[in-house]
Amino acid sequence: MTRLEPDRIPGTPIFDGAMARRGHALNAMCFGFNHEANRDAFRADPAGYCTAHGLTPAQIRAVEARDVLGMIAEGGNIYYLAKLAGIWGLNVQQLGAAQTGMSVEAFKAMLLAYGEPREIAA
Amino acid sequence: MSEIIGGYFTSHVPAIGGAIVRGDQQAPYWKPFFDGFPPIRAWLAEKRPDVAVVFYNDHGLNFFLDAMPTFAVGAAEDYHNADEGWGLPVYKPFQGHAALSWHIIETLVAEEFDVTTCQKMLVDHALSIPFELAWPDADAWPVKLVPIAINTVQHPLPSAKRCLALGRAVNKALQSWPGEERILTIGTGGLSHQLDGARAGFINKDYDRFCLDHLAADPDALTRHSIHEMVELSGTQGVELLNWIAARGALGDMALSETTRNYHIPISNTAAASLVLEPA
Repeated sequence: MTRLEPDRIPGTPIFDGAMARRGHALNAMCFGFNHEANRDAFRADPAGYCTAHGLTPAQIRAVEARDVLGMIAEGGNIYYLAKLAGIWGLNVQQLGAAQTGMSVEAFKAMLLAYGEPREIAA
Repeated sequence: MSEIIGGYFTSHVPAIGGAIVRGDQQAPYWKPFFDGFPPIRAWLAEKRPDVAVVFYNDHGLNFFLDAMPTFAVGAAEDYHNADEGWGLPVYKPFQGHAALSWHIIETLVAEEFDVTTCQKMLVDHALSIPFELAWPDADAWPVKLVPIAINTVQHPLPSAKRCLALGRAVNKALQSWPGEERILTIGTGGLSHQLDGARAGFINKDYDRFCLDHLAADPDALTRHSIHEMVELSGTQGVELLNWIAARGALGDMALSETTRNYHIPISNTAAASLVLEPA
């Protein structure tokens, strides 16, 4: 079985074993955000909380910059990162806009355009 | 003797739960999605299922990457939702059907599916939202639950072929269950959507249509694509379609008719669909 390179599908992360290894500390921290006390502790001192949870310097930089693509590149999994995004009050349209370089309005317009009637190829 | 009444399939986007809490079902943005459910509710009211076997994926509530089962079967007496990280209202609990769960587990292992068994597991919005949509006025869910979680989070994911075979093995269990229950299968998630990466926002109406058109009569057509091809066609989270494929497999080989179908773009970042299949 051949293993696809991450960029085989453009702009599409495949969260595989290599990613899981790289991102474990970041994802573990985000999994902990299921508990309100952990969310509060992160809010009080984001960098300190990241350090205490063993994140790498690159992961901490990405978190501090709220750089979604950067967090993914450092092994972040979107299902867990979504909990961190929630702390920041970001919805998935805002996350999508941040990753695509679009404005939120343009990103929403793109989603709506997918739904516009058109001929379906047989 | 038990009876399989059919299958109910729906997207499970978290934002649907928010719309329900706000009472936005008739708002212009939401109405085209929620309009798919009155026929489903009427069908369920007529068919009166006693138990639901639900194929879904956990979004980091119960399972973390420390121990990620490919297939996990709940065998609990009851199931609870919990804070999924957003501090939202917690969904209603579910009554389990542990005896049926263990019968399914025994059948699956005999069929060489080496599943993880869970006598305690939290269940997330992927289970609760389909129930909220199906029984919006229920004080307690009218069906018992057997949850079956499929890993859609961490690659390698099980193939579509394997998920269809898993569903068919569950069908074998349901066919041999000596109880009197009326059994509903549910598949949740999808359809095409992608939350992560520079291609975030990707939706594929043609592929979704292909899946919806083939699910009833030719589900094997959906297994021709590899997981990576499915990601390319349906987005990184579009692979939640695996839950639909497994739930379709659990209906077995009987001829099926499509009772109702709805498809709408977009709900949140997702092409949303709902569907009921029942014995023809």
